[in-house]
Amino acid sequence: MVAPAFQYVAAASYDEAVRLLAAGGDEAKILAGGQSLMPMLNLRLAHPELLIDINPADQRPPSVTGDAAGGLLRLPALTRHRVLLEHDLVRRGCPLLADAVRHVGNVRVRNRGTIGGSLAHADHTSEIGCCALATGAHVVARGPDGDRTVPVSELFAGYWTTTLASAEIITDVLIPVARPRQGWSFHEMVRRTSDFAIVAVAVLVDLAERTGELAAVRIALAGVGDRVVLADPSLNPASTADADLDAAAARIAERLEPSDDVHASGEYRRRLARVLTARALRQACARAAGAGS
Amino acid sequence: MNRQQITLSVNGRDHEVWIVPSDTVLDVLHDELGLADVRYGCGEGVCGTCTVLLDGEPVNGCLALAVQAAGHQVTTMRGLMGPGEALHPLQECFLRRGASQCGFCTPGMVLTSLDLVRRAITAGRARPTREEIRYALVGNLCRCTGYTKILDAIEEYADLAAQEKAAP
Repeated sequence: MVAPAFQYVAAASYDEAVRLLAAGGDEAKILAGGQSLMPMLNLRLAHPELLIDINPADQRPPSVTGDAAGGLLRLPALTRHRVLLEHDLVRRGCPLLADAVRHVGNVRVRNRGTIGGSLAHADHTSEIGCCALATGAHVVARGPDGDRTVPVSELFAGYWTTTLASAEIITDVLIPVARPRQGWSFHEMVRRTSDFAIVAVAVLVDLAERTGELAAVRIALAGVGDRVVLADPSLNPASTADADLDAAAARIAERLEPSDDVHASGEYRRRLARVLTARALRQACARAAGAGS
Repeated sequence: MNRQQITLSVNGRDHEVWIVPSDTVLDVLHDELGLADVRYGCGEGVCGTCTVLLDGEPVNGCLALAVQAAGHQVTTMRGLMGPGEALHPLQECFLRRGASQCGFCTPGMVLTSLDLVRRAITAGRARPTREEIRYALVGNLCRCTGYTKILDAIEEYADLAAQEKAAP
């Protein structure tokens, strides 16, 4: 099909884009990589009157601030998926994300798609959203009143909906740099490689420096509800013993209420959540034990 | 409504075209410039038949606006060919291996795999493995060949390109 008619304007800066967005109201949409928005236009699932192209607004590469222990990986919103996959700072600073992006779209989608656009699109099966939750990432949102920092755990509001105000734009994604004794794992089930995940799980595990005991666990799941979700920390495993990890995966899956759809039944999704979470926990713990000890 | 003129650089030649904002790169290349090697398949970025290189990188022609391509270099499969429509070595591998049947997917297959092989060789890596080629082509659908001969053709070309690189 062919996209409905719309007006187009290229924004030279995020500030200009915010002004245009504030003036355009609900009929204006930001165009970043366009790998979700353009299909929605071609399929006539969306009918914006104005597209504000932010591609000319930002050329910054990824960067890291702070020291090695408490560093922050800063990913400008227009960072393409291919850069997430290949950039040295991302591969070292957030190996979870660099690995998970392998599952996003295809070569062409990864050449254009952006991390800011992906998070703003707020797909409930998003691999990138899942990793952003698991890592405790924040986004910087610019609006008419300036910048504010929003934890990704407070960003998603439901199917393809965020908590951003209507004239706010994501300009940066901030991810705590991977620490020594941290392990990660990403697993997903798809019908066809590169398709939307039926269920995806991202896990980040921190072990205590001296004892090697479990210090912190963050488990994010996609495809199990109307948004990507962080598992309730009270359900986290008690130790790195396989039996404890499996029990935690079962507890977490039990709490989920995924709905049936054309791709899979809710029951199957819950089962996948248990199996993939257990698998991811074991792998993340093994990696943490092997790393930086 | 809102027609504007832009200059598109396609296969090394500049074209002045009139567009509306919603025209995609695919619309202009196929419908305006008559480039039959860029094709509408799915309109969702899934099938790969509208693949073009934008500044050397494979992108979906159906998901990029024509106005966004102004000022950038667009390459279609035809742009790989030599004088007198001489086939690119990768196209010859496709021919030799019977990797093209109806041919609808072929330009996307060629551009995507060429990008893969070029990247590996430019970075000084070994030529892509069969598994890496399969992964790179996940977004290029072929309904005729069953993919085996396509993979054979790309492997043959990758070997040729690697040898050429190694040659003194």
